[in-house]
Amino acid sequence: MSVHDLENLFQQKIDEEVKIEPKDWMPEAYRKTNIRQISQHAHSEIVGMLPEGNWISRAPSLKRKAILMAKVQDEAGHGLYLYCAAETLGMSREEMINDLHSGKAKYSSIFNYPTLTWADMGAIGWLVDGAAILNQVMLCRTSYGPYARAMVRICKEESFHQRQGFESLLVLSKGTDEQKAMCQDAINRWWWPSLMMFGPKDSESTNSDQSMKWKIKRKTNDELRQQFVDMCVEQVKLLGMTLPDPALKWNEARGHYDFGEIDWNEFWNVVKGNGPCNKQRLDARRKAHEEGRWVREAAAAHAEKRKASLNPSKGGTLAAA
Amino acid sequence: MESISKKSDSKVPPLEGFREAYTLHLADTTLILSQRNSEWCGHGPILEQDIAITNISLDLLGQSRNFYQYAAALKNDGSTEDSLAYLRTEREFKNLLLVELENGDWGQTILRQYLFSQYQLLLFQQLQQGSDEQLAAIATKAIKEITYHVRWSSEWVIRLGDGTDESHNRMLHTIDELWRYTGELFEAADYETAMGIDLAAINQIWTEKVTAVFDEAKLPVPQNVFVQKGGKHGIHTEQLGYILTELQYLQRTYPGAKW
Repeated sequence: MSVHDLENLFQQKIDEEVKIEPKDWMPEAYRKTNIRQISQHAHSEIVGMLPEGNWISRAPSLKRKAILMAKVQDEAGHGLYLYCAAETLGMSREEMINDLHSGKAKYSSIFNYPTLTWADMGAIGWLVDGAAILNQVMLCRTSYGPYARAMVRICKEESFHQRQGFESLLVLSKGTDEQKAMCQDAINRWWWPSLMMFGPKDSESTNSDQSMKWKIKRKTNDELRQQFVDMCVEQVKLLGMTLPDPALKWNEARGHYDFGEIDWNEFWNVVKGNGPCNKQRLDARRKAHEEGRWVREAAAAHAEKRKASLNPSKGGTLAAA
Repeated sequence: MESISKKSDSKVPPLEGFREAYTLHLADTTLILSQRNSEWCGHGPILEQDIAITNISLDLLGQSRNFYQYAAALKNDGSTEDSLAYLRTEREFKNLLLVELENGDWGQTILRQYLFSQYQLLLFQQLQQGSDEQLAAIATKAIKEITYHVRWSSEWVIRLGDGTDESHNRMLHTIDELWRYTGELFEAADYETAMGIDLAAINQIWTEKVTAVFDEAKLPVPQNVFVQKGGKHGIHTEQLGYILTELQYLQRTYPGAKW
């Protein structure tokens, strides 16, 4: 079969909503796009542990501490499934992690913003997880099977996190004046970066068309962003807070809320590494990896010794134990 | 809770102050170790192990909440799990010194976890048989978790002790750092004696178990090391003040706020 025929067959499967599985033939660009996207997603989960992990030691009650710790741990678990999903496409976890540390691979820019107060834990849950979920719900139907299945599991946990985040803001919004101010301030700081999570405008997005055709994505950046704005405008009313955008206004003709222009200059600056915490986040990941090197080496050396002692014929001796 | 206070009323009324102090000792010890372990969250050497240590941290936090809730019920003065954890001072905390020490490297965290979990398992097995029904119930639930903590941490001690030259040397250094804090585990405070805890019996089995793991890890068991103590009576290392400063920051800054 010629490559052309294989490509037609592949597209036909996509069009018929048949999932692509690891051993199926796929165009090299499809493989690469999926590796890029899934590993980027995995890195986002892992780097995303840092801004929230920052508040575990200072959580204001034992219950909140338990909720936050469990949430950050869930993110580690999501990173793990996603690395495994990406590995099915032929790239090892180690290679992916090296790409993260060298700066070659990206992760969601949202995690390059600092978590300055406790209210940021709620704002991240509500806005950041809320934005992520819209993207992830779409990805539950993505064409690559292992990615779609990982997302189904992840989505369940993420919607739980979002509810917890909103609930924690709700408590602040009914609290003391200081707590209310803390809540509004966190919403003000996280609103615009959350809108940026959907990526560049459709007119500027380089990967969108092909990804839509291959059903890696099923909605465009702008469609998802609009859906998010429409949702949050309603939810913020329950908090008695406001969103920091004077241009927000219901547009009867479109059936959607209009909203102000994102500061694209800031967006590209953070993508290029100049966000407030880009350096700290990567430094923290590299440091953990470097400081863990002796541990990984010891574990590997011990596993070798054990293998040798269980297989004396292969040069080892049977351990006394 | 009703049945417990009845039971204690009828059997051992003079114990009440000791029962509360002992419960707080158990609560503080598990909370502070949870707090220390949680510092690894997001910074572990391997993703799977990052998840494992956070899991242990969560288990310990859950145990501490059970103990604090029981202590609050014993106090019966409007105290809550949060007022006991967030509004008591350095001199009131009764945790073991071992659990408040800095994490050090992964080997130090792991070794501490093993030394503690092995002790906790034996202690909780005793509590399970004890006359305080509430402590027995908490212990029974926790033993399932602790059994896993012992397995996980002992496997790591063996891996690191019998891994590379570097890991072996690091473990030797770690033993040197931690050992002087293990004696306190077995020196009975007045509230432990009053509660009938037999620490001598635990000490004997603990030493056998630890020796077996150290043997497999090719690590030496130190002999005749001076014992640092005081935690059980509220005399701590300089570390505890910093831990509480972070832990209690929001409750202290915004008194009375609900979170």
